[in-house]
Amino acid sequence: MIDVVDYRAGNSPSVIYAFEKLGLPCRLVSKPEEVLASERLILPGVGAARATLDSLTESGLVEPLTQRVRYDGIPFLGICIGLQVLFDRSEEDDTEGLGWIPGAVRRFPDTDRVPQIGWNEVRFTRSHPLRNGIPDAGHFYFVNSYYADPGDTAVVLGRTEYGPEFCSVVAADNVVATQFHAEKSGPLGLRILTNFARWEP
Amino acid sequence: MLTKRLIACFDVIDGRVTKAQQFQDNIDVAPAEELAAHLYDDQIDEIVFYDITASAQRRKIDLDTVRAVARHVFVPFTVGGGIRSLDDMFEVLKAGAEKISVDSMAVRNPEIIREGAGAFGRQCVVLSTQVKHMGVRPGLPSGYEVFIDGAREATGLDALDWVRRGEELGAGELVVNSIDRDGTASGYDLEITSAVAESVNVPVIASGGAGTVEHIAAGLTGGGASAAIISSILYSPRFDRNVGVRELKDALVARGVPMRPYLAPDGNPEGN
Repeated sequence: MIDVVDYRAGNSPSVIYAFEKLGLPCRLVSKPEEVLASERLILPGVGAARATLDSLTESGLVEPLTQRVRYDGIPFLGICIGLQVLFDRSEEDDTEGLGWIPGAVRRFPDTDRVPQIGWNEVRFTRSHPLRNGIPDAGHFYFVNSYYADPGDTAVVLGRTEYGPEFCSVVAADNVVATQFHAEKSGPLGLRILTNFARWEP
Repeated sequence: MLTKRLIACFDVIDGRVTKAQQFQDNIDVAPAEELAAHLYDDQIDEIVFYDITASAQRRKIDLDTVRAVARHVFVPFTVGGGIRSLDDMFEVLKAGAEKISVDSMAVRNPEIIREGAGAFGRQCVVLSTQVKHMGVRPGLPSGYEVFIDGAREATGLDALDWVRRGEELGAGELVVNSIDRDGTASGYDLEITSAVAESVNVPVIASGGAGTVEHIAAGLTGGGASAAIISSILYSPRFDRNVGVRELKDALVARGVPMRPYLAPDGNPEGN
């Protein structure tokens, strides 16, 4: 069972629809006890960093998430803002993140249009079960004004160019995350979700 | 490299996609759910859904149809029509959209843009603007005026002033919808589209008037748009011949416009 964290600023239904299309069991979870009982978690998002973290805090989900993902090591997928909140700090409203992965989240320079909106190329840096059946370079759908700048490049699984080259896929032990919307990236995105559902880190 | 997007536009009445000319005389095309599934299979880059009578009828958006469409669309999906409050936006997101389009309601209450961007991020809020060429006059320096409620009501707002204000308030994307060109297949209004693209730093979407590949290419290059809204060319019954997404993309790539590569049935980019 894949548990999709449902919180006010999220787009969790899109992720549920994607798994329904794939015929994979999934459900929405919003209560601390549900997260504590979870075996596989997805944190989706379209929101702003502070609104997302405030919403998770108000719902009492930060500690259960940390327990299950950081300490118990269950498979975790963060999507979009679900990637950005994993880091120490975001420049978006100067927000403190979960701090599971060292690094900062920065705003794109205004030399290009911000936010980045559209299909951009992800170049994968190495093999990983998350990208089984995905070409070395494929197009995925991005909507973001901010990007992750990890302290340790070992966590970078994919890179994308938009002005600066940035980290668009993160993989660190049992935690994977995509800056793009896997649930909105057509057949390649659905394949990433399938791979996550089968992943045994 | 970020590619340009082809966005299919659904003008929805009672769960069915319709096609208007200059915001009038809507004729029936197909059930929204069916057309969405077909266009997803055809690898459209994005779909935007307008509940076009919600705003004028002062009613809430048709969430059942939004949900039905969202279940078939695994590409970005923007929804607009009748959005009045943060709660309305929340409901639309929970129905399966990831971007919210505001138009007439944002003119009546511009703060909705700021509130939406604060709650969901600015990338979530698309400001769509109906513009009409009226000629330069005092208070209308661009010569283009903003209209609302299905192009029925003039606002006195200058188009460029309004889009700049929308960007300041937090809109993450701007749709420039030409009333004069809507459904006419005479090409986007490149003058106002490029003027908006030069005035703001968020992505701009050309809308209204695309009848040929040349029109789309012009909007995405000279018009400075990041994306092109199309509808007639794909499915208007008024057209002698509708063109599929693949044919459009191939023709755009041949004209030097970067597009998302078409995927073969095995999911890999063709030619690899």
